Amino acid sequence: MEKVPKADEVRGKEGEVLMSDLKSIIQTKFTNEPFSGNGALQAFSQKGIELFNEQGIPTSKHEEWKYTRIGSVLNKEFSYAGGATAVTAKDVDAFRLPGNENANELVFVNGIYHAELSTIRSSADELVLMPLSEAVTTAYKPVIDKHLGHSANYHTDGINALNNAFAYQGLFIAVKKNMAVQHPLYCYYINDARTVNVLSQPRTLIHVGVNAEVFLVEEEVTLGASDSFINRVSEIVVEENANVHIYKIQNEDSHSSCVKTTHVRQVGVSRVNSVTITLNGGMIRNNLNVILEAPGCESNMYGLYCVKGNTHIDNHTIVDNVMPNSLSNELYKGIIDENATGVFNGKIFVRKDAQKTNAYQSNKNVLLSDAATVNTKPQLEIFADDVKCSHGCTVGRLDEEALFYLKARGIGDKEAKALLLHAFAGEILDKIELPSIRQYADAIISERLGFEL
Amino acid sequence: MSDMLNTLEQTALSDYKYGWVTNIEADEAPPGLSEDIVRFISAKKKEPEWMLEWRLKAYRQWLKMTEPEWANVKYPKVNYQAIKYYSAPKQKKTLNSLDEVDPELRATFEKLGISLDEQKRLSNVAVDAVIDSVSIATTFKAELAQLGIIFCSMSEAVQEHPELIKKYLGSVVPMTDNYFAALNSAVFSDGSFCFIPKGVKSPMELSTYFRINAENTGQFERTLIVAEEGSYVSYLEGCTAPMRDENQLHAAVVEIVALDNAEVKYSTVQNWYPGDKEGKGGIYNFVTKRGICAGVNSKISWTQVETGSAVTWKYPSVILKGDNSQGEFYSVAVTNNHQQADTGTKMMHIGKNTRSRIVSKGISAGFSQNSYRGLVQVGKNAVNARNFSQCDSLLLGDKCGAHTFPYIEVKNSTAQVEHEATTSKIGEDQIFYCNQRGLETETAVALIINGFAKEVMNQLPMEFAVEAQKLLAISLEGSVG
Repeated sequence: MEKVPKADEVRGKEGEVLMSDLKSIIQTKFTNEPFSGNGALQAFSQKGIELFNEQGIPTSKHEEWKYTRIGSVLNKEFSYAGGATAVTAKDVDAFRLPGNENANELVFVNGIYHAELSTIRSSADELVLMPLSEAVTTAYKPVIDKHLGHSANYHTDGINALNNAFAYQGLFIAVKKNMAVQHPLYCYYINDARTVNVLSQPRTLIHVGVNAEVFLVEEEVTLGASDSFINRVSEIVVEENANVHIYKIQNEDSHSSCVKTTHVRQVGVSRVNSVTITLNGGMIRNNLNVILEAPGCESNMYGLYCVKGNTHIDNHTIVDNVMPNSLSNELYKGIIDENATGVFNGKIFVRKDAQKTNAYQSNKNVLLSDAATVNTKPQLEIFADDVKCSHGCTVGRLDEEALFYLKARGIGDKEAKALLLHAFAGEILDKIELPSIRQYADAIISERLGFEL
Repeated sequence: MSDMLNTLEQTALSDYKYGWVTNIEADEAPPGLSEDIVRFISAKKKEPEWMLEWRLKAYRQWLKMTEPEWANVKYPKVNYQAIKYYSAPKQKKTLNSLDEVDPELRATFEKLGISLDEQKRLSNVAVDAVIDSVSIATTFKAELAQLGIIFCSMSEAVQEHPELIKKYLGSVVPMTDNYFAALNSAVFSDGSFCFIPKGVKSPMELSTYFRINAENTGQFERTLIVAEEGSYVSYLEGCTAPMRDENQLHAAVVEIVALDNAEVKYSTVQNWYPGDKEGKGGIYNFVTKRGICAGVNSKISWTQVETGSAVTWKYPSVILKGDNSQGEFYSVAVTNNHQQADTGTKMMHIGKNTRSRIVSKGISAGFSQNSYRGLVQVGKNAVNARNFSQCDSLLLGDKCGAHTFPYIEVKNSTAQVEHEATTSKIGEDQIFYCNQRGLETETAVALIINGFAKEVMNQLPMEFAVEAQKLLAISLEGSVG
């Protein structure tokens, strides 16, 4: 386990602390533990390091990081432990999601896929899992060459580059064509922070073949009371007629922060549904990009953040309409209490050729306390004329009249508020198509809102 | 449909109707910017020492700053050393009445359609005409003076009302505010000053007409409007510039102060030369406009019709400091050919029960890029703040772009903020509906555009509404069939 020198020893400007040290650490890693696979990944990782050195950790001067000061979270001593820690199946048991008995469970420890702790129920005809470094030597090489690192075109900052540097440890997942995977993929990203602060860099590339369907359920977990930071990049390629469902549950401790980039390329006419539920955490940044690269694609993106304490939740989404006749629909809802901050930045790009695009975007926020903050920026950039695009956003409190209506019928103030907030959240929860996950999400949200089912 | 698109594309922007140069001998500073030039301008204007100090401070500040690059516009950088910072039409003596104004200059205004005497006689508008930075004549001054209203050029105000200028100049837009504001503070050559005393409602609309005349001159006017307790004023500003191949810089600053119960309505029709069809030439319009509702129940309203300039970069803003104060922003921005506009507003809610309303309509045609960029900020203590924003974009043609960048920052749970935006083109069904009823496509498109912009046009004072509507038609001529 290498350690970064203490922040005080090298303190510079915000975000500058890690840069120089990280470089040497990663370089040592490269020379000391030569990894398997071919030179393609090494070159890729090397490029990541170089870009990271150039860009550093983004500060609030970076337009994309205006409201999220990631430097303050990273400005401490972190360990770059690999996957070899003392995490046992028993540790995993504590946070398995409902429905796991029928799911493929993929366990990542400190950023690296852990085969022994994982349970794969699907057959190899449906689902292929292998390290990226191995996959580049197989028939999947063209897929990797084409799609690995595509997210960097949309995120030119140092954070994305930093993950690229660790891509050689990544996992490749392929859903074979014509296969609807019966067992959903539950992915647990575990940071073992029981003794030291952990910074992990999970990387996945998922290829969903023609006519295939897959459910992905993702959860981050921190063990122990030390600080944890997950910088995750997941790139998903969706082929013709495929269906992909992505559900994220974010319910961590306040000392766990993450930057999570999900980059979806719909290269054939396909359908993608994404639901992100956020309850707890330190500083959470979700980047969700959907690139509609074939005419007639459909993409739905939903989010619900119900946060309190000092949680900082930042949802950045990009919908890039490249080809005509696509439909994208986006709805993010927030309930923000105590000192929490909600940030939303939705970008819709409609390229020149993407005529007849329909793109909708909406962000609705309820503030429950005067210390809570909402910063929202729904953004449209349109270069084609025959389109229908709209976006809207609201920030407000609960409807006084609705509250009065309930109270007049003998429902107490607290219950009435909970009822209204639960209904507000319900619109998003309903979009989860896996019953066990929907019920679970509903239960934790209801508990937060003090709503009794 | 393709037919219509063809018509849209074939016919291009009508020629810029205000593009001629008036041959007046100008009294100029050599090109370039240095402390000496700042001193030169100050000396030319016979300014007191404190004003020169203020300018020099701004100039030193400007040297420390770098030109911002965040706007969604692309343009070749301005060479600040190639610009002439002072150009005044040569005059032999101080003028007592309008009749003494240089006849050629008068003719210029007549071409612009704002003939001073006609205005004087018919439209009841007091005009402070600014050509290349120096205020030529101010009409109706005597009449306004009777009410205690001060409406004069900035240079005059510096001489005659130093106490007011010292108090308010730079109070809303400090010289350190941004790159262009600092530049303006250092080299501003003239502008209008308007002071409405306690309880006075200005009986007429006050108006300034800006025009860039001399070649290679930057226009840096500075406008300051102060409305004391319970007063009201409606202020009009119009701009045109002759046709030239080079790009010219216009970096103005407008400051408005509204005290308790005061109301200021500021309307702009901006028709600077937009460059030719290939995007050559045209004005860089980098303006800082900001008002402060300093007192309770005060109100500031910005209305703008933006049809000109090669590059527009401005955000008329309101700081809602007083309780119950109101801010409004109504805008129509039209871009055609290679024009670029990055415009919008900022509403900063600080006081209790403050309200703001934003209506922005963007129309893009040709190869132009039109962006709305706005900020609505609700501070911790802005209890019951209310904002409604609406930005609609209309695209004519498939080579232009429409962009929306709304920033919303809320720190108070009682705030209610709404934002909605749409982007669309004129529906084939709408055209068909009109065609069916005997309207030609051309007329139908014009009708629909007019309806699209109506909400904003309605906010303009009568005199301007007519001109603005004409401008809209001129700017989009060809594009709209």
